[in-house]
Amino acid sequence: MLKEHTPLITSYPGLLAEHARCKPLLDSRLETGRTTGRRQILVCGGTGCHTSESALILENFQKQIARQGLGSAVKASATGCFGFCEKGPIVKVFPDDVFYVQVKPEDVEEIVDVHIIGNQRVKRLLYEEPQLKATVETQHAMSFYRKQQRIALRNCGLIAPEDINEYLATGGYLSLGKALTEMTPEAVIDVIKRSGLRGRGGAGFSTGRKWEFGRNYAGDEKFVICNADEGDPGAFMDRSIMEGDSHSVIEGMAIAGYAIGAHRGYVYIRAEYPLAVSRLQIALAQAREYGLLGHNILGSGFDFDIEVKLGAGAFVCGEETALIHSIQGERGEPRTKPPFPAQSGLWNKPTIVNNVETLANVPAIIARGAEWYAGIGTATSKGTKVFALAGQINNVGLVEVPMGTTLREIIYDIGGGIRGGKEFKAVQTGGPSGGCIPRQFLDTPIDYESLAQIGSIMGSGGMIVMSDKDCMVNIAKFYLEFTVDESCGRCLPCRIGTKRLHEILTNITEGKGTPADLVELRELSAVIMDASLCGLGQTAPNPVLSTMKYFWDEYEAHVLHKTCPAGVCQKLLRYEIIPDKCVGCTACARACPVGCISGAVKQLHVIDQSRCIKCGACMAKCKFKAIYRH
Amino acid sequence: MPRVNPKPQERVLPPETYAELDAFIAALHLDREDERRKESLIQVLHKAQHLFGFLPEEVQLHIADAFAINHAEVSGVISFYNYFTTTPKGKYQINVCLGTACYVNGAEKVLQEFEHILGIRSGQVTEDGKFSIESLRCVGACGLAPVVTINDRVYGKVQPGKVQEILEHYLVEASGEEAPVHA
Ligand SMILES: Cc1cc2nc3c(=O)[nH]c(=O)nc-3n(C[C@H](O)[C@H](O)[C@H](O)COP(=O)(O)O)c2cc1C
Ligand code: SF4
Ligand code: SF4
Ligand code: FES
Repeated sequence: MLKEHTPLITSYPGLLAEHARCKPLLDSRLETGRTTGRRQILVCGGTGCHTSESALILENFQKQIARQGLGSAVKASATGCFGFCEKGPIVKVFPDDVFYVQVKPEDVEEIVDVHIIGNQRVKRLLYEEPQLKATVETQHAMSFYRKQQRIALRNCGLIAPEDINEYLATGGYLSLGKALTEMTPEAVIDVIKRSGLRGRGGAGFSTGRKWEFGRNYAGDEKFVICNADEGDPGAFMDRSIMEGDSHSVIEGMAIAGYAIGAHRGYVYIRAEYPLAVSRLQIALAQAREYGLLGHNILGSGFDFDIEVKLGAGAFVCGEETALIHSIQGERGEPRTKPPFPAQSGLWNKPTIVNNVETLANVPAIIARGAEWYAGIGTATSKGTKVFALAGQINNVGLVEVPMGTTLREIIYDIGGGIRGGKEFKAVQTGGPSGGCIPRQFLDTPIDYESLAQIGSIMGSGGMIVMSDKDCMVNIAKFYLEFTVDESCGRCLPCRIGTKRLHEILTNITEGKGTPADLVELRELSAVIMDASLCGLGQTAPNPVLSTMKYFWDEYEAHVLHKTCPAGVCQKLLRYEIIPDKCVGCTACARACPVGCISGAVKQLHVIDQSRCIKCGACMAKCKFKAIYRH
Repeated sequence: MPRVNPKPQERVLPPETYAELDAFIAALHLDREDERRKESLIQVLHKAQHLFGFLPEEVQLHIADAFAINHAEVSGVISFYNYFTTTPKGKYQINVCLGTACYVNGAEKVLQEFEHILGIRSGQVTEDGKFSIESLRCVGACGLAPVVTINDRVYGKVQPGKVQEILEHYLVEASGEEAPVHA
C-alpha cells in the first residue's frame, strides 16, 4: 500500500504529485482487457446491493484471499453502485472486465478458485442477455451499458468511495486545483456557462448563470448548498452519487464556492439515506485531512469547508427556500420568490443551491472544457442525464445517457423492455410534479423542452415504467395522495385543492365518479397551478392532467361503465362464476373469507355480490377456471 | 423569555439518557446570543429521538432550554417533520415503502398483510409495544421493490406471502427476551 507519509497537500504541484503517486491504484481497472498481472475485485456497496449482503461478500473475498495467500496478486474492495441494481449484488473483476451478477456470499470461494486462480470464468454467475439468450462476459459488451455515457457517474463502480486516494487517482481534485491556481472566479463561471450545464434538480436553470448571480450579489458572507434531499419517490440518482463518489460533489461545491466567493457549504441530505450520509462524512474528513477543504486550500488563499445537515422527512424541503428554512432550524416552508436565494438565501446572504448531480458534473467540465461538454446532447440541453429506471421494467437500475437519447432506447435497449412480457403503457417522469408519457411518444429525444412539450418534465430523473397492468387513474390518485401528505399547508389552493383532487380520484376509482367530476378535476387543477406559492402546488395537478390527456378512455371506463380496464381498482372488480364451468366442488365457498358464496355440493355456486369484498380468494382456489374477474 | 426547566423529578425518562443528550449538546458549543445556534436544532432533535425513541414534552422542554428558545418553536419544528414522533414507536419499527417503484410493484398489499397479521393499522403500535407499522416514501433501493425496513434491516422484493416469515424471526426474538421472566 501507498502509505506512511503526511497526506497534507499544500500546493497545486503537490496535488499533481499526489495524483501521480495514487495513479497506479487504478491501473488495472482502467486498462481493461488485460488478463494477467494483479487483479482487483470490486463488490457493489450501494444501498441496493448492501441490502442483499454485499458486505458479507466482500468479507468472504478478503478471507479467501488471505487463506489462499493471494494478497499480492489480488485486492478486493467495495465500490459505489454499478447501476445494474436489478441483478445485484454485482462483483466485477478487473482488469478482465468480467461482470458477475446476483452473487451470493457462498459463491465467493468458487470465484476465487475458478477465476482468480484458475483463470476461467464462473459461467453460471455471468449475465445472460435476455434477447440473445447468451451470457456476456464483459461489462462493456452488455447492452445495458453500451448506450450509456457516464459523466456524473464516472466513478461509481470504479473506485472505492471510502478511499480518497482512489479519487485522487482518477484525477480527482485536479479541477479544484486548476480553478484555484490557473483560473479567476469569472473564468470558472464562464466555462460552466459555455458548457451549457443546466440544473439537474428539476427546473433546469443554467448553472453558470446562477453562479454569476451568486457572484454579482454583494454580501459579506455567501453560501453554497448542495441539495441532496432527493424527494421524488422512486428515484435514487443522488443517493448513488453520494454513496459511490461523494468526493466529486465535494469538489464541485468547492469550485462553486470559489466561483461565487463563498467559504462555507452545506449538504442537505435526507435522513433516509444513512449509508450516503456516512460515506459523505468519511469523504469530508479525508478531504480536510489532505488539506483539500479548510484553510488556504492548496496555498491559494481560498478557504472553504462543508457541513452536513440532515433532513427530517419532508418532501417540500427539497424546494430551495424551504430547504434554507430547514437548515436554519425552522419549519421547512417555502417562501415567495423573488428574491431568489442567489440574492438572499441562508441567513439572508447570497446563496446558491445546486443539485447533487449538477455539482458532480462540475469537476468533469473544468477538467475537459466547456466545448467537450457542450458537444454532448441537444441544442438546448447539454451533457448527460442520470435516470433511475424502475417499475415494470426488466433492468431496474441507474442509467446515464446523453441528452437527446429517446425514451425507446432507454426503456428497450438499456432497460431490456417490459417485465414479464407485459405491454408498455406509459412512462412517468418527474415524479409527483411530472406526467405520464404514452407509447406514441416513445421516440421523443429527451431533453428539458421536449418533455415539457408532451406534458411531463425532466424532473430530477425518476423514470417509472408502467404496463397494461397499471391503472392510470389509480396512478394519478397515488401521486395526489403523495402531494396531499406533503403539502406544507401554507397555501389554501394547494392544501385544500389537492385534497379535493384526491377525493374525486378516490371516488372515481371506487365507482362513484360522475361526468361532472371530470370537469371539476380540470377546473380545480387550473386553480391549484395558478394560485400556489411553490413548485409543489404549481405542479401537483400534472399527474392528473397528463393521464386525463392521454388515458381519457380509462377515466371514461371508470366513470361511465364503472369498470377498471387494468383490473386494479378493487371496488370496481366483480367476481362471477361461469355456470357452464362450475362443477359444484365447493372449493370457492370454503375459501371465501366472508362466506358469500352459496351452493350445494355438485350444484352451481353463486356469489352474493353485495357481500363480496373482492379479495380474489375464490378465483385462486377454483381448479376449473369457473370464476372470472371483470 | 425566561422559563423554568421542569424539575428533574417530574421527568419519567432516564437521567442517564438526558446526560448523554447534554453531552452531545455541550459539544456543539451553542452560543445563546447567536441567532444561528438554531442551525443545530434539527440535529439535536435527531439525536434526542435516537436516544429516547421519541420526543415527548419533557424532552422538548429540555431542548428548548438548551437553545434558549420557546417551547412552541421546538414543538412547531417537530410537528412539521414526518421523521419526528412525540409518541413511542414499537421496539421493532416496520416501515413499508410506498414510493412509486414499490407501489407499482404491489407494496400496498404488503402493507395490508403486515396490518392484517399484527392486527394494527399503519401509524399504530401493538399493545405489547413490540411492533409499529409505518409507511415511508422511497429508501432509494427501488431495484429491490417492494422494500420493507425493520429497524436498520432492509428487506427487498417482499411479497405478501413472505410477510409471515419475516415477522416470525422477530416474534421469536421478542418472546425469547421474555423467557427469563417466566422461567
Ligand atoms: C416541491 C419541490 C421539491 C424539490 N425537490 C428537490 C430535490 O429533492 N432535489 C433537488 O435537487 N431539487 C429539488 N427541487 C428543486 C430545487 O428547488 C432547486 O431548484 C434545485 O435544487 C436547484 O439546483 P439545480 O439548479 O442544480 O437543479 C424541488 C423543488 C420543489 C418545488
Ligand atoms: S404550494 Fe403547497 S407546498 Fe408550496 S408553499 Fe404552498 S401549500 Fe406549501
Ligand atoms: S372475491 Fe373473495 S369475497 Fe368475493 S366471493 Fe370470492 S372469495 Fe368471496
Ligand atoms: S420506491 Fe420504494 S425504495 Fe424507492
